[in-house]
Amino acid sequence: MCQVDNNISTWVRIKDSDIYHSFINSPTAIVSSVILFIIFFCSFFVEFITPYNPFDPSSLSLMEAFTPPSWTEDGLAKFILGTDGQGRDMLSTILYGSRISLIVGFSAIIFSLILGVGLGLTAGYFGGKYEMIVMRLTDVQLTVPSILMALLVDGIARGLISREMHDEMAIYVLIFAIGISEWPQFARVSRAATLVEKNKDYVSASTIIGVSNLIIMFKHILPNILRPVLVIGTIGLALAIIAESTLSFLGVGVPPTTPSLGTLIRLGNDFLFSGEWWITFFPAIFLVILAFSINLLGDWMRDTLNPRLKK
Amino acid sequence: MSFLKIQNLCVDYPMRKETIYAAKCVNIEVNKGEILGLVGESGSGKSTVGNAIINLIDAPGKVSSGSIILGDLNIHENSKNIVKYRGNKIGLIFQDPQTSLNPILTVGEQLIETIQTHLDLTNDEAKHKSIELLKEVGIKDAEKRFYNYPHQFSGGMRQRVVISLALCCEPELLIADEPTTALDVSIQSQILELIKRLTKERNLAVILITHDMGVISETADRVAVMKSGNLIEIGETKEILTKPKETYTKSLVSSVPPTNKKISRFVIIEKENKDNQINNIKILNRWNKKEIIEQDLVKIENLSKSFDDNFFTENSKNSVMAVDNVSFEIKEGESFGLVGESGSGKSTIAKMIVNLFKPSSGDIFFDNVCIAKIKNKLEMMKFRKQIQMIFQDPYSSLNGRLKVKDIISEPIKLHNPSISSGDLNEYIFDLLESVELSQKSAERYPHEFSGGQRQRISIARALATQPRLLVCDEPTSALDVSIQAQILNLLKDLQEQLNLTILFISHDLPVVRQMCDRIGVLKDGKLCEVANTEDIFLKPQHDYTKKLLHLMPKIESIYN
Repeated sequence: MCQVDNNISTWVRIKDSDIYHSFINSPTAIVSSVILFIIFFCSFFVEFITPYNPFDPSSLSLMEAFTPPSWTEDGLAKFILGTDGQGRDMLSTILYGSRISLIVGFSAIIFSLILGVGLGLTAGYFGGKYEMIVMRLTDVQLTVPSILMALLVDGIARGLISREMHDEMAIYVLIFAIGISEWPQFARVSRAATLVEKNKDYVSASTIIGVSNLIIMFKHILPNILRPVLVIGTIGLALAIIAESTLSFLGVGVPPTTPSLGTLIRLGNDFLFSGEWWITFFPAIFLVILAFSINLLGDWMRDTLNPRLKK
Repeated sequence: MSFLKIQNLCVDYPMRKETIYAAKCVNIEVNKGEILGLVGESGSGKSTVGNAIINLIDAPGKVSSGSIILGDLNIHENSKNIVKYRGNKIGLIFQDPQTSLNPILTVGEQLIETIQTHLDLTNDEAKHKSIELLKEVGIKDAEKRFYNYPHQFSGGMRQRVVISLALCCEPELLIADEPTTALDVSIQSQILELIKRLTKERNLAVILITHDMGVISETADRVAVMKSGNLIEIGETKEILTKPKETYTKSLVSSVPPTNKKISRFVIIEKENKDNQINNIKILNRWNKKEIIEQDLVKIENLSKSFDDNFFTENSKNSVMAVDNVSFEIKEGESFGLVGESGSGKSTIAKMIVNLFKPSSGDIFFDNVCIAKIKNKLEMMKFRKQIQMIFQDPYSSLNGRLKVKDIISEPIKLHNPSISSGDLNEYIFDLLESVELSQKSAERYPHEFSGGQRQRISIARALATQPRLLVCDEPTSALDVSIQAQILNLLKDLQEQLNLTILFISHDLPVVRQMCDRIGVLKDGKLCEVANTEDIFLKPQHDYTKKLLHLMPKIESIYN
């Protein structure tokens, strides 16, 4: 295996790798990543895909409100998934909504990843009292249910920020609220991995050479602990998206003017018993598919990247 | 008619990219009352043959053709056969006695379970038999020890229990897969004696799988040499070791460090290596070569280190003295050897010298400066630059996420931040060439290299700061003998041409004899004696040194 040619491209290397091979042979991984790709693509380029802008009041017509999905008796062909109470096209609203959900989910997970990995890595590396304080802090954090934590943050933010500002700031508050409740698992995993890595000889070798602690941590240890962190990061992403929807459903998330999936489910919920089931059903099913696909992809990643599970 | 007959055994591992042939048409016969040594380097397929006999080959591997005949039965004809034979007719001894016993069952329970699986005995009879067995393998107080758990036994005792387990159903064939590799020399010789005795007393056929030629020469009656799945040579031990026919066997025998004399270089026979002349070291012209001054480069005074296993009771009596009041000097330009069994504190001393651990008491002077007193960051860097270390495990000592050139350039850039990139590249290439690696290696990642090549990268990295002292902590104990010979040659060349001072740590006495000018013998953290190498080997003073020398497996014993 030592005769690997230097001139081969990165693409060939990727194609030759075990991860690529495992991906190609796993139908779940392929299906879920295709679904995710479609969702991501449609959500981020929604302006160019849908003919409607649900947030432009001039384009809405109340006459078309409560149109059922196109395949039902009263459905209209131009509204595939029907419209809501204000005549907004459901499909475009969902895509706009999922964009908000994805942005919040990604930002929250990146926030907690940086916080958690930073604390976990330094705690594992330096040890001693600092480690003890950080790890007890994560223990405390883990005893507070994440939704409760998020509600608490949201409540405090409402108290601190004026009402007009709040709608603008809502998305940042949400990101912070979800991020702050998810960092302990990143801290735990990265601390455990750091404890393993820091006793390896390459770390000793760097110390002997005279490399500073900071460089050892970020240049040598960090790349070696990223695998498990990325796996829980992926699964955490699904959790963050669900948390966002839950908060929005409870009414403490993003405001109805820029609805996320959770907000849409809540708004639709009011009409559920009067027969307009599609207004809440489609955003809900969309959320399930999104979270499920991310989880499946995360599971596949965990199995592939974990050397102990190799057959 | 031989007892075990392996005919044309082929074992394949079909992998994604290629099929690996772990054994190719191997023919081996073993008689009763005979020990057959199966030697080879890692990956030669010696364990595969052993596992094939008891049908324990891991998926996706499979026996693709050939037959294994035990007595008069073909054991692979019917997969049900093998279940009956395992433990019953074939006994197994594994390498690591730590993991081959179940920690939650007492030794007695494990013996009784095995006995009752195969023999129709009542509990009392089985217990009686187990105690007999424990006595037979040399466990004192067998009646009491019967109720002990595996963790209450020492490593050597545990291996005895494993042997008694292997013997409990009166097998006729015993397969021992590296039975002494995880054990210290003194215990190794006891276990080997035990296996030899049992072979005679019980008229067993034994297959002893090992990489250690010394072990083979002292125990095996016949030897089979394997290389990459092929059986190279098989014959009487004396015949093979003294008059090997095949080139591979010759090179294998010549790479084993002799125990009775000091040689200047290892002879390397393999064709692809033109290693027999001293190579020219490219970095010599950049090296700021220091003339050797008659002085002690390292001076260690009353050094002690204790480890507390309890966080809360810092002054507890339970603390383990890893190093206990050790004093010695290393002269500039010499290579000093530290030998001792596992747990003797030799690695701890090395880590204190390179300032990875702080001593509990005592002082280390490097070039007449006390290491513990260096507070200034700049001076610390100066100190770091002068001492470098090579580690035992070539797999964990290189960061797998960095390219070789980044690994080597790190120390260069750190100690010479103003170096131009052209100069840096040239320096990296020179370093790589000095350790006999091609320039192309620079662009690769560590996982593309073998253990020996990785160790060369480690050496290149250590040389990058132009150190005066090179601490080598068991640099070859994870490597095969032929690779070990190459690495030791390389270290010798480097030392000679660069005037390096080397602290060489090893448990392997023959290797130390080849490498070192002076030797210190450590036992349980205490220094037993320090003397010139030849004095240690020819007229040892301390009882422990005498014992170690007596017990070390000697490949030369075959000549007598």
